[in-house]
Amino acid sequence: MEICHAAGMKRPSAWSDPVFRWLCLGCAALCGLLMVGFFVQLAIASGDAWRTFGLGFFSSAEWDPVAERFGALPAIVGTLLTTAIALVIALPLAFVSALFIVDAPPWLSRLLGQAVDLLAAIPSIIYGMWGLFVLTPIMQRIMASFGIETNGFGLLTSALILTLMILPYICAVMRDVLRMTPPMLREAAFGIGCTRWETARDILMRYGIRGLLGGVFIGLGRALGETMAVLFVAGNVMRVPHALTDGCTTIAATLANNFAEADGLQRSALFALGLILLVMAFLIQLLAQYYLRMTGAKRGER
Amino acid sequence: MIPPTKPKYRPLFWRKAKDRAVQVFSVISLSIAVGAMLWILGTILVRGAEVLGWDFLSNPSKPYGMPDAGIANALLGTLMITGFSVLIAVPPALAAGIWLAEFGKRMPRAAAAIRFCANVLMGMPSVIVGLFVYMILVVPMRGFSGLAGAVALAILMFPVVMRTTEDMMAMVPDTLRESGLALGMTRCRVTLSIICRAARNGLVTGVLLSVARVSGETAPLLFTALFADAWPTNFFGGPTANIPVLITEYATNSPFEAMHRAGWGAALVITLLVLTVNLSARVLFREKKH
Repeated sequence: MEICHAAGMKRPSAWSDPVFRWLCLGCAALCGLLMVGFFVQLAIASGDAWRTFGLGFFSSAEWDPVAERFGALPAIVGTLLTTAIALVIALPLAFVSALFIVDAPPWLSRLLGQAVDLLAAIPSIIYGMWGLFVLTPIMQRIMASFGIETNGFGLLTSALILTLMILPYICAVMRDVLRMTPPMLREAAFGIGCTRWETARDILMRYGIRGLLGGVFIGLGRALGETMAVLFVAGNVMRVPHALTDGCTTIAATLANNFAEADGLQRSALFALGLILLVMAFLIQLLAQYYLRMTGAKRGER
Repeated sequence: MIPPTKPKYRPLFWRKAKDRAVQVFSVISLSIAVGAMLWILGTILVRGAEVLGWDFLSNPSKPYGMPDAGIANALLGTLMITGFSVLIAVPPALAAGIWLAEFGKRMPRAAAAIRFCANVLMGMPSVIVGLFVYMILVVPMRGFSGLAGAVALAILMFPVVMRTTEDMMAMVPDTLRESGLALGMTRCRVTLSIICRAARNGLVTGVLLSVARVSGETAPLLFTALFADAWPTNFFGGPTANIPVLITEYATNSPFEAMHRAGWGAALVITLLVLTVNLSARVLFREKKH
């Protein structure tokens, strides 16, 4: 006190600290508020659709704006199928890529890591545009050579685009997880005569299984909610697809495609689709967090 | 008596062959990833460069058939929307990150819950954010607006900036905090004028990375900012042109080759914008580490 006065300084005010702390806490709490807000808003906006269709909304494959009958089945099936196919292709590719990046000499590993990060940084609309103008004609030609007449849009094309999009994310998480394996474990495995693949499969994979699963769910979450890339190449047909070359749609693509001209009950039905997507994405993020919590791996953001 | 289990015999030749096969497979899969990246970037570069020029960048977009069409209004709109989203998201995100890093230890449960929410928010589909902002802003304001687009992007940015802020501030050594406090500074002063300054490069990196991430986002803008063939004069009350939605319009809703070419040009511009910001963030952070 005395010294402060002598030096002509003011005493550090006692009120500024708590105010600052509560202000910061308030901002941090915005996160939770947003989270709850998503659910509440979508639930309110989709009320009409749930009241009209009930649980039948999940099982109906109709989408008829004129008759005002709407069902979520084609969009849900399309979402699940594209995501599943993309994941089945991307998963092994991402795992062996991550293995290679971890094992490669430092300069090569850094270069490849940067390339993968760059792939993750390209906006999704660019993937969509490339898919629309480059990939669909190629798919059309490949399918034609098998004797299948198609316009190139559809389930398989969407899944391939999604594969390219989620590959860098899964790969980045897996790379971090593999790097965190204690070197002693690897050396011990090499010491008893394991080959590199045996070390990877029996040691690294067992040790980092939780982190690897976390990476899978991160990729799953990306693929599930991806809008633009799928919108451009899916064909946007409101039907349950029966073959890989059938046109399809996903929840996110349906939302982006129909929202502008929808009103009344159709808009409410679209909000209901949004709520379904929100719940799916939320559950997947829960699993991702559960598996990644232990490992402390980054989420492939950087 | 349990008969001793015989170890499964795997000939060395097969084990080595398998190892080799996996090696080859991993090289192939990396070539797919890197090759796809080069293919996509190459296509954008080649087809975008055809139309890119001063006229293209300085004239506003016009309906099909009019001469001298460009993308200047969309470019300006994108810059405005992104700029406003930075203004909206960064101050609270920094404060939230500060709370997690500096005061989170006093309320560990609340901090864990908030961290969890931030991680979940980061993985939320951006369409959902578009729907949400449509409900809370577009409906009450009776119309699409650039501001609504900026809010949507701000919501996407918020958790990313918050988590990087926390990470960066946690890297500042505790001795700095202690010496500040020992000088008689309040926690508030220590945090703002010592810790934030020490972590400055990291904070800027976090903001830049999040800007790079959201400036190419399209889905939320379809529900909020929409598009208009005009200069963004009515940012707060009317549809505002922006590059991602322009690309969507030109590529999917137009049968004309001229529109597709303009779309490629716009795609090149947005890609360059995003990658430049992304790379400069990386360079900045690398310099800090040395």
